[in-house]
Formats: sequence, C-alpha cells, structure tokens
Amino acid sequence: MATEILMPALSPTMTEGTLSKWMVKEGDSVVAGDIIAEIETDKATMELEAVDEGTIGKLLVAEGTEGVDVNVPIAVVLEEGEDASAIVVSAAPQKPAASEHVTEAESVAVVKQPAAPKPVFDVDEPDLGETAEITVREALRDAMAEEMRKDEAVFLMGEEVAEYQGAYKVSQGLLEEFSGKRVIDTPITEQGFAGLGVGAAFGNLKPIIEFMTFNFAMQAIDQIINSAAKTLYMSGGQMGCSIVFRGPNGAASRVGAQHSQCYGAWYAHIPGHKVVAPWSGADAKGLMKAAIRDPNPVIVLENELLYGTKFDVPTSDEYVLPIGKAKIEREGTDVTITAFTIMVGKALEAAEQLAEQGISAEVINLRSLRPLDTETIIKSVQKTNRCVSCEEGFPFSGIGAEISAQIMENAFDWLDAPVARVTGVDVPMPYAANLEKLALPQVEHIVEAAKAACYRD
Amino acid sequence: MIRRFEERAGQLYGMGLIGGFCHLYIGQEAVVVGLQGNVIDADTLITTYRDHGHMLASGMDPKGVMAELTGRIDGYSRGKGGSMHMFSREKGFFGGHGIVGASVPIGTGLAFSHKYNEDGGVNFCYFGDGATNQGQVYEAFNMAALWKLPVIYVIENNKYGMGTSIERASASIDLYRRGEAYGIPGKVVDGMDVAAVYKAGQEAVEYVRGGNGPIILEMKTYRYRGHSMSDPAKYRSKEELAKMRGEHDPIDRLRFKLLEDKALDDEAFKEMDKAIKARVTESAEFAQASPEPDPSELFTDVLRDVA
Repeated sequence: MATEILMPALSPTMTEGTLSKWMVKEGDSVVAGDIIAEIETDKATMELEAVDEGTIGKLLVAEGTEGVDVNVPIAVVLEEGEDASAIVVSAAPQKPAASEHVTEAESVAVVKQPAAPKPVFDVDEPDLGETAEITVREALRDAMAEEMRKDEAVFLMGEEVAEYQGAYKVSQGLLEEFSGKRVIDTPITEQGFAGLGVGAAFGNLKPIIEFMTFNFAMQAIDQIINSAAKTLYMSGGQMGCSIVFRGPNGAASRVGAQHSQCYGAWYAHIPGHKVVAPWSGADAKGLMKAAIRDPNPVIVLENELLYGTKFDVPTSDEYVLPIGKAKIEREGTDVTITAFTIMVGKALEAAEQLAEQGISAEVINLRSLRPLDTETIIKSVQKTNRCVSCEEGFPFSGIGAEISAQIMENAFDWLDAPVARVTGVDVPMPYAANLEKLALPQVEHIVEAAKAACYRD
Repeated sequence: MIRRFEERAGQLYGMGLIGGFCHLYIGQEAVVVGLQGNVIDADTLITTYRDHGHMLASGMDPKGVMAELTGRIDGYSRGKGGSMHMFSREKGFFGGHGIVGASVPIGTGLAFSHKYNEDGGVNFCYFGDGATNQGQVYEAFNMAALWKLPVIYVIENNKYGMGTSIERASASIDLYRRGEAYGIPGKVVDGMDVAAVYKAGQEAVEYVRGGNGPIILEMKTYRYRGHSMSDPAKYRSKEELAKMRGEHDPIDRLRFKLLEDKALDDEAFKEMDKAIKARVTESAEFAQASPEPDPSELFTDVLRDVA
C-alpha cells in the first residue's frame, strides 16, 4: 500500500514549517533512516528520515514552500511492486494535533479542583492512655524503635545515627538493638543517601532518612521532591514510596543563617508527600509512628530546642496520630492562634498572658502542614472571628499566607479583623544574640497581634 | 524491535500525537539488548530519559509504551508520565527518570534493597556520559563501594551530552575509570557489538552477584538521532554519523554475523522484520485508539490511601 509522508512536527511547539530542500527525487528508492528532506521548524533546520523502505512515488510539495501545515501530506512512498497509479492523495489534511489540543484545553477548564476545605479525618483525638514523663528526643526514639520491632523493612539511615548514637542523640541505643544492618551511618552526602533511600523504598523497604538538620536537606531536595514525591503520580499509581525524611528544622541557637531556617512552607507547597511538625512528646511519638506506617513519603520537621523538653507521653506502642488532623490545645472564644512545632509552646504562653488581660484565645496546634486541617481552623475562626498565625519561617509565601487565604476563601464573612501573621523577620538569620532574638517571633509579638485583632491596646 | 519502534515513535511525534520531549534510542540498541541477556527475575533496571529501548528489552508491552507516549489511559503510567517517566514493577523496570544523574543514587538504593532482602538480585543502573559529571553519581559510587552493593553502573557513552561533546564537557574522557577513587573496577566495551556487550555483561554479573560490590561498564555507543526530537544535531558532522551508521550499525553487524555463520538466512530476516513491523504498527494503532485519560484522573495517584 502506498503511504503518505506527512509534514512532521519537529518540536513541541511547531505548527507549520518550510520544506527547504528535497534530498530525494521521484523514482528514488529509500530505506528506513535515509534522509529525504530538510525542514525548517520554528527552532532549527531538521532532517526528515524515511520510516519505511520503498520508492518515492510523488513529491507533493515543492522545495522552498513556506508555511506548510503539520500533518499535510508532502510525498508518497510506494511499496515494492506498486507503481504511481496507486497514488491517491488524501483530500483534506488531517489535523489531529490541533483539534486535540483544543479538547485538552476545554477539558482542563471544566475540571475543578476538589472543593477545599475537605475534611481529612473525622476522628477524635486518641486517648493518651498510660503515660510516662519523657523527653521529645526519647519519644522520637521510642516511636522508631517500636516500628522497627514490628516491621523488618523499616531501617534508619543518616549521618552519625549509629555509632555516634545520633548527632542530637535521637537514635540512642538503636544500633545496639537493631545492628548495623538496620541502623546505618552514611557519609556526609545528603543528595546521595536521600536518593539511595528513595531507591530502597522503591525496592519495598521502609527507610527513615535522618538529616542532621533540614538545612542540609537542601542538598537533597531534588531527590525528596522530584524522585520521592512525584513518582507515584508519574507512574499512574504503580510505584509508591514509603519513606520518612526527618530531622531538626528551624532555628537552633546562635548558629547563623545557613543552619537556622524553617522549611515548613517549602515542603508544604508540594503535592505527593505529607508534612508533619510535632510539638509535644505525644505529637512526636504519634506522628512519627504514623509517618513510618504511611505508604507515602512523609517529611517530619522536628525542632532541636524541643528535644530535651519533657512531656507526658503515651507508653502504648499503638499510639498513632492521624496525619492531617490539628489539635486544639486550648479552647477560647475571642481569637484563634495557629502554630506548629516550637511556636505552639509560645502560643500557649501568649494565651496565658492574654487570659490575664481578659482575652480568651483558642490555640490550634497544626501538627500537620500537608494536608493542612483547614476544617479545624475554619470552625475555630467562625467561633472567634479573628486569627493570628504563628511561624518561625519567613513571612513571604509562608504557612500564614496560606492560612490567611484559606480563611478568606472559606470564612470571609465571619472575620471581624484582618488575619495577622507573626513570623520570623524577612532576613537571613543573624548570629549576634540580640539580633537573633529580634529576628525570631516571640511571645510578646503574638500577644500584641492578638490584642490588635481584638482592637485592644 | 527497538529500532522499528523508535522510528515509529519519531513518526508519531511528527504527526503531533506524541508531545513534549522525546529522546530516541536509535543506534544504541546493542547496549540494553546485550545486557538483558544476563538478567534474572530478581534483578532490577533503572535508567534516565532515553528509556524506550530499556522498556522493550525488559519485556514491557510495546502497546503500553506507545500508548504512554501518546498520553493515553492504556499507557504504563495512565498517560501521566510520558516518554521520560514509565515504570513496570512486574518487569523489574524502575524508570524512566527525567533528572540527569538522579537515577544513579536511586539505582544504588535498589541495589541496597537487594542486599538487605538477600534476594540475589542485581541493579542495572544505566546513565549517559552527560550524567557522569554530576556530583551525586560519585556520592552513590562511594556508598555502593563502601557497602559492597550489587549494582552494575552502565555508562552509555554516546559522545554527546545533548549538544556538547564529551571532550568539551569532561576533563577526563575515560569514563570506565571514574570509579577508581572508590576501588570500583571499570571496563570499556564496544557498545555497537551486541555479542561483546553480552559477554561483558556476563562477567560483570558474575563479579557483582559474587558479593564483590559494584562495577562500571562504559559502553561506547552512538545515537543516530538528535538528543531529542527537536534537536537538529548540528554539532557533529554528517560524515561522523554516516560512518557510524554505515560501518558500525549494531543491527547490521549482528545480521552479517548470523548470515556468515549461516545461523539465519535472508528470508528469515525478512520474515522477522515483517513480524516486528506488524507488532509496531499494532502498538501505534493501539496508542492512537486508546482514549485520553478521563479528566477525573487529574486528581488520582497523588497519594496512596492509608491502610
């Protein structure tokens, strides 16, 4: 059967081109791979190759013709034994590319984002049950140890996690219990071991990748986002990646700009993984266990300054918190204060001071930044009509910006004051003690913001 | 099969049925075909974005691959991955990765899981000469050597990282020596000779499966087409391409060898070519007939449900 050679699209954006030169003439025989013409696209001059063998029966478009539409027949190739009488040229050029793009554009326009806020979980706060007073550090360690006992596929990998017992002693005792096979010291190569962890997760293991701090995870962020978070989607649901990336996040103390930054907003921006930020010991245990059990990548943003803080922590090895559910730490009626990780403590302190001044603040511990429990925030704002968002990170495009947009979209009519943001200052973290203090959000900033929202001075 | 499939993919791209970037494997076929002869079920394979050949050689269905290229629901990634992002757990094919160099630590992680699970598997980790200058490749080499992970690093050296020749991009062009600092042995192989590739693969697999840690195979190969469909490949001479194609074509070389050995005759080749063409045509038709994903697919496969 005679086949038509169509004007090809030779770049992602080409719709027409110039047939600059024929490299064959009618009657020539060609085999697959022979160059038959030169075509000028919107980007370059390209060579067009024959796909099948045969004889050039007819050249339909003259050399030098400009503006030849993609998919217009430009030549006819005859098979062995055929002659020119077999040539029947299609009357109308086919234009599948153009028409399909229109359909695509239309279909995108009609597809709507699932309505937000979507209730993530309709579950009650689990009971603490029997508790013991331990540090956040110990709660994190217990969570990992319990899950490692339960599931042979879980292992811990990172810098100084094994022999050194953890740079911040979070993995203390784990090497002794689980051996070097499952508690693995890595070289100082974040991108490499984060990627290795992703590969191990594709191989059905459940890695816990510890970053000495999340500042160093910047070296690995391509693997965290492009490899871990996106592959389930890009594989149409086939691949999946059950992996935890954890470590201290946010400002420590007097370590300067490269070691003091909150990455909450960075990771929360990305679809395809979850992001949690525990504050209390119970948060740390319950969220870490949930993260390890989750079939998706989960980022656990811990805080170094909280590692030594003691809380009542459930002793049960089935204390697992649902990811995506915030906790109301303190009920109130006048103003909602949202916070995560270390800022929850500061928010509670601020609420205490506000109470002394006659303002009843409701404090929400977000616990999870993605998915964000917008339902709990909105319900609270519908009651208090005011909101102050607290975070250590920079103000621009921060978690507070998202919360404020969510409130505007979902509770605009309930607001009695603009949403206020208490954040870190928009500068790299300074070293000097006085400047560092000025750069970080403090209890008094929250108190001031809450009072301003209540129109009190 | 790979050659005919890629020619057809190029044609469908020309018709606007395949979008975006499309990197063809034409010319490099002997590399993956030769190595796949040494693979057992437990093994895994990972590569970068010039991946159609690896998928077909892994035994993936050309219909599913072509339907992914056209962005249809019957594609391996339900139309959501495209040319550079396809996977088949069942066939041990772990992608299809679009970021140069990133698949090397991931392949090393698959090797880690082989060792952890003691399943006897080896990871075949393919990447190009362009990726060998990425820092994370050496982070992976170091850990693979340190922990004696079962991984074969296959460097497909086709001489050009997009449009920049290896001489202009690399201070040292002996890529098989790139593991020396970590004690990883390396070998140069004529990647245009399928028998030589097979033999090198056999030795490498024996070494790696024996618990000796990683090995590097540098495959000297050549891509006939540009880097992607929109690359006119002006950075190399027509003579260079014609010489590779005329004198070193891996398929022609194998055909002449088999004819010489009287293992197959011309007639048998014609029959084979016809059968392959029919399969490719069938896959192209399938890929055009398969519907585009339903708009509701936009929101699926972002996260897995928690059990």
